[in-house]
Amino acid sequence: MYALKEIGKYSTLLYQALRSSTEVSTYRKNLFQELVKVGYDSVPIIMLVGVFTGSVMTLQSAYQLESAFIPLSTIGAIVSESILIELAAVISGLVLAGKVGARVATELGNMRVSEQIDALESMGFNSVSFLVVPRVLAGILMFPVLYIVASIFGLGGGLAAGFFSGSVPPDDFLKGARMYFYPWNVVFGFVKSFVFGFIITTVACYKGYFATGGAEGVGNCTTEATVLGCIYILLADFILAVLLL
Amino acid sequence: MIEIKNLTKRFDDLLIWQDVNLKIEDGDILAIIGRSGCGKSVLLKHINALMKPDSGEVFINGKDIHAIDYVGQRKLRQKFGVLFQGSALFDSINTFENVAFPLRYFSDFSEEEIHQKVMRSLEFVNLQESASKETSELSGGMRKRVGLARAIILEPEYLMYDEPTSGLDPETASEINDLIITMSEELEITSIVITHDMHSVLKVADKVAFINDQKLSWHGTLEEMRKSEQKDLINFITASEYQIKTP
Repeated sequence: MYALKEIGKYSTLLYQALRSSTEVSTYRKNLFQELVKVGYDSVPIIMLVGVFTGSVMTLQSAYQLESAFIPLSTIGAIVSESILIELAAVISGLVLAGKVGARVATELGNMRVSEQIDALESMGFNSVSFLVVPRVLAGILMFPVLYIVASIFGLGGGLAAGFFSGSVPPDDFLKGARMYFYPWNVVFGFVKSFVFGFIITTVACYKGYFATGGAEGVGNCTTEATVLGCIYILLADFILAVLLL
Repeated sequence: MIEIKNLTKRFDDLLIWQDVNLKIEDGDILAIIGRSGCGKSVLLKHINALMKPDSGEVFINGKDIHAIDYVGQRKLRQKFGVLFQGSALFDSINTFENVAFPLRYFSDFSEEEIHQKVMRSLEFVNLQESASKETSELSGGMRKRVGLARAIILEPEYLMYDEPTSGLDPETASEINDLIITMSEELEITSIVITHDMHSVLKVADKVAFINDQKLSWHGTLEEMRKSEQKDLINFITASEYQIKTP
């Protein structure tokens, strides 16, 4: 019963957000701010995640496939496919569930418990349009961009790790990456990052918007937004793999 | 004029109050009193439709705010200024921007006109020198006054105060009470003050409504309240006076 109630409230919030998305003048300014906070401010952590994921992937693949019969280009193929199809989107999503999801839930939760959302409504604002719409839009617009960043730095990290460790020469790495490159993999990664952006921001907005209590309530809504965001990402990853691969 | 008719509210199985009937005439300063948790703030949030009642109507200038659509409600809400219990200032922007906030979205004023209006509003609450301060630098009393400056910036017909003096020292509370009277007299605003501070009631109100036992158990003028023989009301007032007299 509780789960049904939660789903109902979440769906209602999404419906209100969809209906409010036409009130562009209400959220235009906030949207630009959110694009910067979700996108630009997340670039360093995504670069870091990309580089280390690619590097570790290359080193571990080289270790596991150490054989005279397996060409070194195979490592480039495995690393590039894994990054484009899975790792760039999922690991970035999990990191951003913490960074973006926690921030959004805390901001809105704090606004709710300190009556700032009531203040907005009492002035005549549509608080969903003002607070929820720009955050969700920023998520679905910027996560695909961050996926590109994660992919580029993941491949670059993998290439560099192979070169500096001496396990995979750059030519072999690139040869393998090119040989097994399918544009659909990138499309799939884009779709995933779009869905993850939607999940993280809507769950965080929902938890924050309906937060109750004081500081403890805000803490709880932040934790729930982060944990549920991660769980739903893994769930969505599985469903998308079943549907699209 | 605000007219509340047969208003009933429950939170799940918990009855907050039922069949509340109340008329607030233009120009009144009405104090809604009652014990903590009796649903005073909840009633306030029903007047500008921040909460939905289980049944009943709230007429604002003859229009039932709960019977119209969300867009209509938002328009009607602009007739109200609200001073929230914790001031509800936006902590991401400074004092000036907090007061200017409604103007930036709901008016076509130029930057210079906005500046003039904000400074006039801040002057009204004696805070013109704090315009550039961050809200985190303001004391509790200053926050209330900034909240008040923001509440009047759109020149509302009605001002609602949710516990305006709670958590303030007696001197600052007295300043806020003076401001409530000034707002009402100079700006000709109808005021609704939610409080359990009898000092505040006796100083600012000309009418009083008492919520007790999940209903509006008494309402009338301040003079009538002083003469009232209703036991619960007398107990409430006496308890407050006792607290005031006890060192």
